[in-house]
Amino acid sequence: MSTRVFEKWYREDRLPHIFCTGCGNGTVMNCSIKAVDAMQWNIDDTVFISGIGCSSRAPGYISTDSLHTTHGRALTFATGVKMANPDLNIVVFTGDGDLSAIGGNHFIHACRRNIDMTVICMNNMIYGMTGGQGSPCTPVGKISTTTPYGATEPVFDLAELAVAAGANHVARWTSYHTAELTKAIMTGLSTEGLSFIEAMVQCPTAYGRRNKLRNVTDMVEWMRTHAMLLQKVRRLEQEGKPIPEDHFAVGEFVHRHRPAMGVKR
Amino acid sequence: MSKIEFMQGNRACCEGALAAGCNFFGGYPITPSTEIAELMALRLPKTGGTFIQMEDEIASMGSIIGASWTGARSMTATSGPGFSLMMENIGYAVMTETPCVIVNIQRGGPSTGQPTMSAQGDMMQCRFGSHGDISTIAVVPSTVQEMYELTAKAFNLADRFRVPTFVMSDETIGHMRERILIPNKVDIVPRKPLLDGELPFQAGEDGIPGFAKFGSGHRVHVTGLTHDERGYPDTTDPEVHEKLVKRLYNKVESKRHEIADYDAVNTEAETVFITYGPCARTVRQVLHDHPDECIGHLNLRIVWPFPEDTMKLFPNAKTFIIPELNLGQMAREVARHTTGEKVLSMPKIGGHIHTPAELYTAVEAEK
Repeated sequence: MSTRVFEKWYREDRLPHIFCTGCGNGTVMNCSIKAVDAMQWNIDDTVFISGIGCSSRAPGYISTDSLHTTHGRALTFATGVKMANPDLNIVVFTGDGDLSAIGGNHFIHACRRNIDMTVICMNNMIYGMTGGQGSPCTPVGKISTTTPYGATEPVFDLAELAVAAGANHVARWTSYHTAELTKAIMTGLSTEGLSFIEAMVQCPTAYGRRNKLRNVTDMVEWMRTHAMLLQKVRRLEQEGKPIPEDHFAVGEFVHRHRPAMGVKR
Repeated sequence: MSKIEFMQGNRACCEGALAAGCNFFGGYPITPSTEIAELMALRLPKTGGTFIQMEDEIASMGSIIGASWTGARSMTATSGPGFSLMMENIGYAVMTETPCVIVNIQRGGPSTGQPTMSAQGDMMQCRFGSHGDISTIAVVPSTVQEMYELTAKAFNLADRFRVPTFVMSDETIGHMRERILIPNKVDIVPRKPLLDGELPFQAGEDGIPGFAKFGSGHRVHVTGLTHDERGYPDTTDPEVHEKLVKRLYNKVESKRHEIADYDAVNTEAETVFITYGPCARTVRQVLHDHPDECIGHLNLRIVWPFPEDTMKLFPNAKTFIIPELNLGQMAREVARHTTGEKVLSMPKIGGHIHTPAELYTAVEAEK
């Protein structure tokens, strides 16, 4: 886990990157690259694909073939690449706005088709690139520039959505849980069919600043203390007990072997 | 061995595409183009290709761009409403120089309009529908034979110029059944590969960079953002943007007379019809019915980029008559390039093409 992957997998001439100080996206990128490296995938057989948003800038820093596409549509391009050449390894980076708002339909259909790829969603609960507008994942009551009185709409549970739509492997962790996240991505990469990994990340600039989590460490600490193991959440539900406020489930939501599309020949 | 068949236009589109090596189709059903998707679903799996029915036309467009980057000759087919949905990703294909073929079997619009009736209302959307300054290529068949030939040709043009290329047909030609000669084989000119040492978006004099398909070891970063020759985003330098967009525009526009594909009949005529698509058929009937009269006919098989020099083939022309199945879209383009000649627009919408009598009345009025 502690091997250096930077020189091998990153484009050094693209630095500095555009992520803000304290952003969690870099952590998720590193976990992803460590997982890919551990798979011993050939760089030239690996393609990173993304949509639009902060998280979607990630492929631009990785030294493989990469496709930075249109807003919400990464999975449609990825479907074309993988179905036309199943020998390529596909990893998609996306964000909560990209995947669940403008790209929501493509998300459920990619899960339904169960195309052999790994989709990593950096969920920062906000539109970061455009300056902090509310997304379908902004929790009720939280402040964004388009929810100045607090968000009122219920949020999407992206992991549960992926399970319901048919993905073979679904897990959620956070940028605090780097070991667990890396392991979940590795399991995803080695699972045939669509693997969906939701990584909760801190966005101190656009989210934390307006929601009393000004310091990066406050946000990471909030994720540490509010992430509840899925098994515990299920147990509380079975016992009819309430889930503590603002807590969210982390862990492996599903791991199965339904028929998949675009599997290596 | 070439062979003669009796075939529907939409099927000829598929046969032309397959003969040209199309090996990926991503589409969504829409009248009156659906037969193309149905036939590709039937045929592609048997030829080692891939057919996938996507969840909408936005996804169809995304899938064929993705497939193209693996080196596939990819295609989709749609009609007006779906064409509108494709616009953003068409611009992405322009910006990233992704070869692909988009077939639009036009029907009556706006909106859902007339799903089963013929129209040519999307000609300007084809040219200007996606945001930003772009130039692409559009072929327009007027017979089932041309549907076959021009679809095949569209793949070569897309690969040569690295632009999305359109087959702007319509319900009339798409659903018409006609005699067709299927040639032994069609010419396939593959896209120019990226050579070692070249940057992935570095172009020579022709303005067209070599193509590095995914998996070939060139490690290309492809983005719809303004990018430099390495493919790296550079979104704030005015020079980088101007250089890129002008190259993308000029690589097509500067070759418009070479790209041009047309028939010019009775070039000494004073009254000249300019057509594209099904209206050419009516004009041919008028010429056939009046063999003693000198009526000119310029039929464009490629309308974008617009080949304005073809109008100079008629040095005596006093009037250009443009019958088309819209409210006068290409007539305006013709007028833009005339030098004193009268431009008579003959629009017709509703789903039926002009009758020979309607067109001949216009000729008589010019006498």
